Amino acid sequence: MKLAVLSGKGGAGKTLVSVNLACAAGKAVYVDCDVEEPNGRLFLKPTDLVCEDVYTMLPSFNEDSCIGCRRCVDFCRFNALALVRRKHRLFEEVCHSCGGCSLVCPMDAVSEVKKKVGQVEYGWHGRVRAVTGILRLGEASAMPVVNAALAHLAEAELSIIDCPPGSGCAVMGCVASADMCLLIAEPTAFGLHNLKMVYELAALLKKPIGIVINRELSPYPPLDEFCAENSLPVLGRIPYSEKYARMSAAGEILTESDAEASGIFHALLSRIGGELQ
Amino acid sequence: MKKLLILSGKGGTGKTTTASAFIQFAMARAFADCDVDAPNLHLITHVGAEPEKTAFRGGNKAHIDPAKCINCGECARKCRFNAIKAAGAVRYVDEFACEGCGVCEYICPRKAISLQPDIAGELTLYRAGRAFSTAQLRMGRGNSGKLVSAVKSALDAAAPDAAFEIIDGSPGVGCPVIASISGVDMVLIIAEPSLAGLSDMERILRAAQIFGVPTAVCVNKYDVSPQQTAHIEAYCQSRGVPLAGRIPYDTHVPDAINAGRCIADTDCPARDALKRVFKNVVAMMGGAKALEIAAAD
Repeated sequence: MKLAVLSGKGGAGKTLVSVNLACAAGKAVYVDCDVEEPNGRLFLKPTDLVCEDVYTMLPSFNEDSCIGCRRCVDFCRFNALALVRRKHRLFEEVCHSCGGCSLVCPMDAVSEVKKKVGQVEYGWHGRVRAVTGILRLGEASAMPVVNAALAHLAEAELSIIDCPPGSGCAVMGCVASADMCLLIAEPTAFGLHNLKMVYELAALLKKPIGIVINRELSPYPPLDEFCAENSLPVLGRIPYSEKYARMSAAGEILTESDAEASGIFHALLSRIGGELQ
Repeated sequence: MKKLLILSGKGGTGKTTTASAFIQFAMARAFADCDVDAPNLHLITHVGAEPEKTAFRGGNKAHIDPAKCINCGECARKCRFNAIKAAGAVRYVDEFACEGCGVCEYICPRKAISLQPDIAGELTLYRAGRAFSTAQLRMGRGNSGKLVSAVKSALDAAAPDAAFEIIDGSPGVGCPVIASISGVDMVLIIAEPSLAGLSDMERILRAAQIFGVPTAVCVNKYDVSPQQTAHIEAYCQSRGVPLAGRIPYDTHVPDAINAGRCIADTDCPARDALKRVFKNVVAMMGGAKALEIAAAD
């Protein structure tokens, strides 16, 4: 079972829930797709790390074969190419690696070279396999690294996808790979506003949805009303607790150090299982 | 014109709360929300005018004419984004995977494929003596950087004479953040005192360095972990990154958000701390006079 954990708003508790569910399950695969700011590894501290580089392809131009026809420049929809004094200039940050320039070149003067855009590392925390996608700083597009991390999802056991915030293309890719979505809601007006967007996204892709309300200080009725109106099951509520905040700040895994928290996440895990039946 | 951008790396550390308070303290005439994936500033900062809304064309999406498609599969073989799917005897384009590069249109032997403009989001501009530019990316779209640039251009056009702009940024270090950094005079990073907060702050600091923008850090909810706060501040000091102050955890903040109000309107410890941070940032940016704001007291 592949479970996507998402929230829209940042800082709602995606990583907290993902990591604790993986540990409560015992045997699981945890995949951190928040490649811009991956944090699950800070809690899981995986050992026996293996690291793989992630590349995209960039065009490379053989200026000796080039006849200056400009077909490549004219074809590029992303304005990533210019031809200045018969030499090509590539604006790497806007190149989408579509391969169009090499396709249209009549002289076969365009080849492709690998460019490192990030890495995927994986290791173990007990019987939890921890996979982390890490975007190289300065790179704009997270998609290649997200896809490389998603390639580690396992069919046989519980795989948890810790998604990026927002509801853009990377989140869409994660949700498309999942069997079910767990939406983490912060009980504030900000949290609800952003939850509605990821709810639309998960509903559009027709995935079963469960809600977890995190850091509940006091009830926020508009959130419960929204869940009721859309028949969204609230599968768990995690209270605000100074103790949890302190433990999380220090990188501790709640299920492994606190009996009450362990109860919350084991109960959540069984309700997720029940929802999918 | 001086532009201040508020970033955090990690999400949920208090960017929007800080931005809204600064806007109030400065009585800012120009401000923007560049978190186009999950914009929230408009929920607590009210300009009191009907917004002007404009569709944002982000790029193109390919469309296959099923009457012309002979299902040869050439498009699917050449597509780098795995966007061509099969449905029975014809192919169709997955609009969420398609990046609009035009390779399929070029390669199709039957000219069955055309590129059509795609609405990737909506720009919103409020104008009532002051200008507030914001936007919402359409779900699943990948044009967030371009939309951020459009939000900033709309603000510059609406308030060309403003001496001071305040821009609420997005989490992360990728596309929208890179687009928001370009052209700003200073970045204020709101850090959260946790292991994750420290790690994310390091990444956003390094990213800001790549783009060569002066950066300062303030720690929000510092009292949740005095120990991690000390780590963050020591990290900044060792690298010559100026500290703009500390803000305590204060339940007045979620209460104000849920009431749709800016925290600057509530007499509470978080507001007082934010005001001190604001004064420090104003001093770092050349003083109240240069920014044409009334000296904050």
